[in-house]
Amino acid sequence: MADCATGTAIAQVDLTKIKPYGDTLNDGMTELAFTLPVPYGDEADEAARQLVRKMGLDEPNVVYSKSMTEGYTFFVVYGKCQHTVDFTTIKVAKVEVDVMDRLECAEYIKENIRRPVVMVGASTGTDAHTVGIDAIMNMKGFHGHFGLERFEGVEAYNMGSQVPNEVLIAKAKEVHADAILVSQTVTQKDIHIQNLTNMVELLEAEGMRDKVILVCGGPRISHELAQELGYDAGFGPHKYAEDVASFVLTEIVNRGMV
Amino acid sequence: MKSKLNLDPAKVDHARESAHKIAQSMQEFIDRHTTVSTERTVLRLLGVDGVDEFDEPLPNVVVDQLLKAGGLPRGIAYWMGNAMIQTGKSPQEIAEAIGRGEMNITELEQAPVKEAEEKIMPIVHDALAKIRQQTAKRNEYLATIGEGKRPYLYVIVATGNIYEDVVQAQAAARQGADIIAVIRTTAQSLLDYVPYGPTTEGFGGTYATQENFRIMRKALDEVGEEVGRYIRLCNYSSGMCMPEIAAMGAIERLDVMLNDAIYGILFRDINMQRTLVDQYFSRVIIGYSDIIFNSGEDNYLTTDDAYENAHTVLASQFINEQFAVLANVKEEQMGLGHAFEMDPDIENGFLYELSQAIMAREIFPNAPLKYMPPTKYMTGNIFKGNVQDALFNIIAIWSGQSLQLLGMLTEAIHTPHMHDRYLSIENASYIFNNMRDLGSEVYYKEGGIIQTRAQGVLDKADKMLSEIVEEGLFSTIEQGKFGGVKRPRDGGKGLEGVCVKDDAYFNPFIPLMLGGAE
Repeated sequence: MADCATGTAIAQVDLTKIKPYGDTLNDGMTELAFTLPVPYGDEADEAARQLVRKMGLDEPNVVYSKSMTEGYTFFVVYGKCQHTVDFTTIKVAKVEVDVMDRLECAEYIKENIRRPVVMVGASTGTDAHTVGIDAIMNMKGFHGHFGLERFEGVEAYNMGSQVPNEVLIAKAKEVHADAILVSQTVTQKDIHIQNLTNMVELLEAEGMRDKVILVCGGPRISHELAQELGYDAGFGPHKYAEDVASFVLTEIVNRGMV
Repeated sequence: MKSKLNLDPAKVDHARESAHKIAQSMQEFIDRHTTVSTERTVLRLLGVDGVDEFDEPLPNVVVDQLLKAGGLPRGIAYWMGNAMIQTGKSPQEIAEAIGRGEMNITELEQAPVKEAEEKIMPIVHDALAKIRQQTAKRNEYLATIGEGKRPYLYVIVATGNIYEDVVQAQAAARQGADIIAVIRTTAQSLLDYVPYGPTTEGFGGTYATQENFRIMRKALDEVGEEVGRYIRLCNYSSGMCMPEIAAMGAIERLDVMLNDAIYGILFRDINMQRTLVDQYFSRVIIGYSDIIFNSGEDNYLTTDDAYENAHTVLASQFINEQFAVLANVKEEQMGLGHAFEMDPDIENGFLYELSQAIMAREIFPNAPLKYMPPTKYMTGNIFKGNVQDALFNIIAIWSGQSLQLLGMLTEAIHTPHMHDRYLSIENASYIFNNMRDLGSEVYYKEGGIIQTRAQGVLDKADKMLSEIVEEGLFSTIEQGKFGGVKRPRDGGKGLEGVCVKDDAYFNPFIPLMLGGAE
C-alpha cells in the first residue's frame, strides 16, 4: 500500500547499460518470430525455448506455435534479454550535412554554385526495381517529398531500371554529371554489393571517380556500407530527394567543383 | 444488372469501342510483322528443344541462322517444312544438325510453299493435340478434386532454386494457397532466349525453363491431390521471350501467365513493335490453352500516383481486353490487373480503393480480375503491413475479386519466408470467410464518395481512350501517358528481331489455334 501511495520513483535509465523495454525498465522483453525445420509438437516448442535461451533471452515463453508444413514449425516467442549495450559510446557513420528543403536547395545553387547541377541516376545491374530511384528523382517524388526533377537548378536524368553500370557511366560523361545516384533494391545473396563495387571499379578505371560525387541508396543501404564500398554517401529508408540534394550540393561546394 | 456505382453503360460501351479501335489498328501492324521470338515459338511447338555444345538453346541457334541468312521474313515453318522434305529428318534432328554446324537451313533445295506446309502439318496437329491433352487433364482435376473458392489465394515463391521452390510451394498449398507463382530471376525478361534445364541459382527468383515448369507442375499436382484442391501454377509470359514462354506454359500445363500488351515496353524498355507482335502470338497460345492471363496494370501505380492516375489502369484494362479479344481469348481467361496502392495516409483512401475495385468488377463482370497488394507504401513495419494487407483483403472479398495476390507483411524487406506466406494466407482466409457475402448486402449512397469516385475514373479513362484513338497507341506511349514512362517507337531492346513478313510467310499455329483446332 505504502509504495503505491507514495509513488515509488520510476527507475532512471542507465544509458551505459540499456536493454529492451516492455512495460518496466530493464525487463528486457523481446519478441521473436521464426520457423524451425522440425515437426510440430512439444519437442519443437522445447527446441525453440532452448534456442531462444541460447540467443541470450531468459525465461523464453513460446506463446504460439503452428505447423507450417510437414517438418516445419513456426513460433512466436517472448524472452527477457540478458545483454546490455552502452549507449553512451555508440558511434554511427552518418551523412553529415544540414538538410535543406527544395527551395533552400534552389537558393543554395543560385548563391554558391551559379550553374545547373547535373545528376544522373538509375537502378543498376539486374535490379528491376524503380521504386527507389523514382522516389528520389521523379517529379512526383515520394510521400509528399518532391523528386529532384522538380528542384530548380537541378538537371536530373533518371535512367530507370536494369541499367548496366557502363551505360550509367556513359550517360554521366555525356551530360557532364556532377553526381551519380545508384539505387539498389534487390539484396538477395548480396548481389547489390557486387554491383555497387563493380560501379566503383569502373569509375576508377575510367579515371572519373574523383570527378563525380557518387552516392547510393536503397532500403538495405546504410551510409557506413556505402563508405566501405567507396561511395561518398549512402541513403537508406526515410531519405528523400532533399537529403540527397543537400549532400550533393554541399559536397560540390566543399570540393570546389563549382 | 443495375450498376451499384451508377456507372453510365453508354460510357462503358464507348470506352470499350475506343479500345477496340486501338487494338484493331495495332493488329494491322502486328499482322504484317514477325519476330525472332515468334519464330522460336513455332520451333518449340514443333518439338525443338535442348541446347548446342555452347549451351545455346536450339530454337535460338536455328532462328539466328535464319536471321543471318535473311530468311526470317518467310517464317521458320516454311524452312523447317522444307528441310524435312529435303532431309527426311524431324524438326529436332534438323535443329541438332544446325547446332552441330552441319546444316544451313536456307541453302537446301527449296520446295514450293504449299508442299512445305503440308509436310509440317502433321507435327502441328500433334503439338495441338498435346496441348489439348493438358487442357483435358486440368479439366479432369477440376472435375474430380475441385478447386478453392474465389478469390483464389495467390502466393509467390522466389528462392532461386527450383527444388527449394517446390518445398515452399507445397507448404503454401497445404496452408491454403490456390495459385503458386514462381517468380523469375531478376532480368530474365531481358534475355533473348529461354534458359534450358533445371536451375538452382537465381536472384530474387528462379529461371523460367521448361524443365523447371515440369518439376513444379508435378509437385503441385502431387500436393493438389493430397489437399484435395487443384493448385494452379503461374509464370511469366512476358519480356523478350513472351510467346516462347507461353508455348512452354501450354505444353507443361501452366494455368496462369503474366502477359500484358504494353508492360514490357514501359517497364522493361523492350521495343514497342517487338512487344506488340510478340504479345499477339503469346495470347493466341494462352487463349487456345485455357490459360488465364494476368495483365500488369498494377505496375502503373508503383511508378505513378495511384489516386491521380487510376484512370490509366482502367484504360489499359480496356486495351488489354480488346487485344485479348483479337487473340480469341475468352472473357473467363482475362485476368485484368489492378492494385491497392494508394498512400495509406490519404483520408478515405479505403473508400476510393473500394470504389475502383467494384468498378473493375462491374465493367469486366466475367473476367477473373487479378488484384495486387500494397507494395509501394510498405515500410518494413511488418505489424502495420499486416493491417494494410488486411484492408486490401477486405476490399477483395467485398468487391468480388478473382485472383488475390496476397500481400506479405515483409514486403520491401525480403522475398517471403515460409511463415510470412502462412501469415498472409491466414490473414486472407480469415477475412474472406468472415466477410464472405458483405458485397451483396451493401448498396452505395447516391452521389456519395464511392459512386462519385468510380464515375470520375471512368470519365477520365474514356477520355484517355478517345485521345489514344486519335493519336495512336505508339504515340501515346511515346508521350509517357501510361505509368509516366516515355518510350520511343524505335527505342528499347529487341527491335533488330522484328521484320516484315514476305508474301509466302505462314505460321501454321495461329489460324488453327484461333479456330480451336483438335
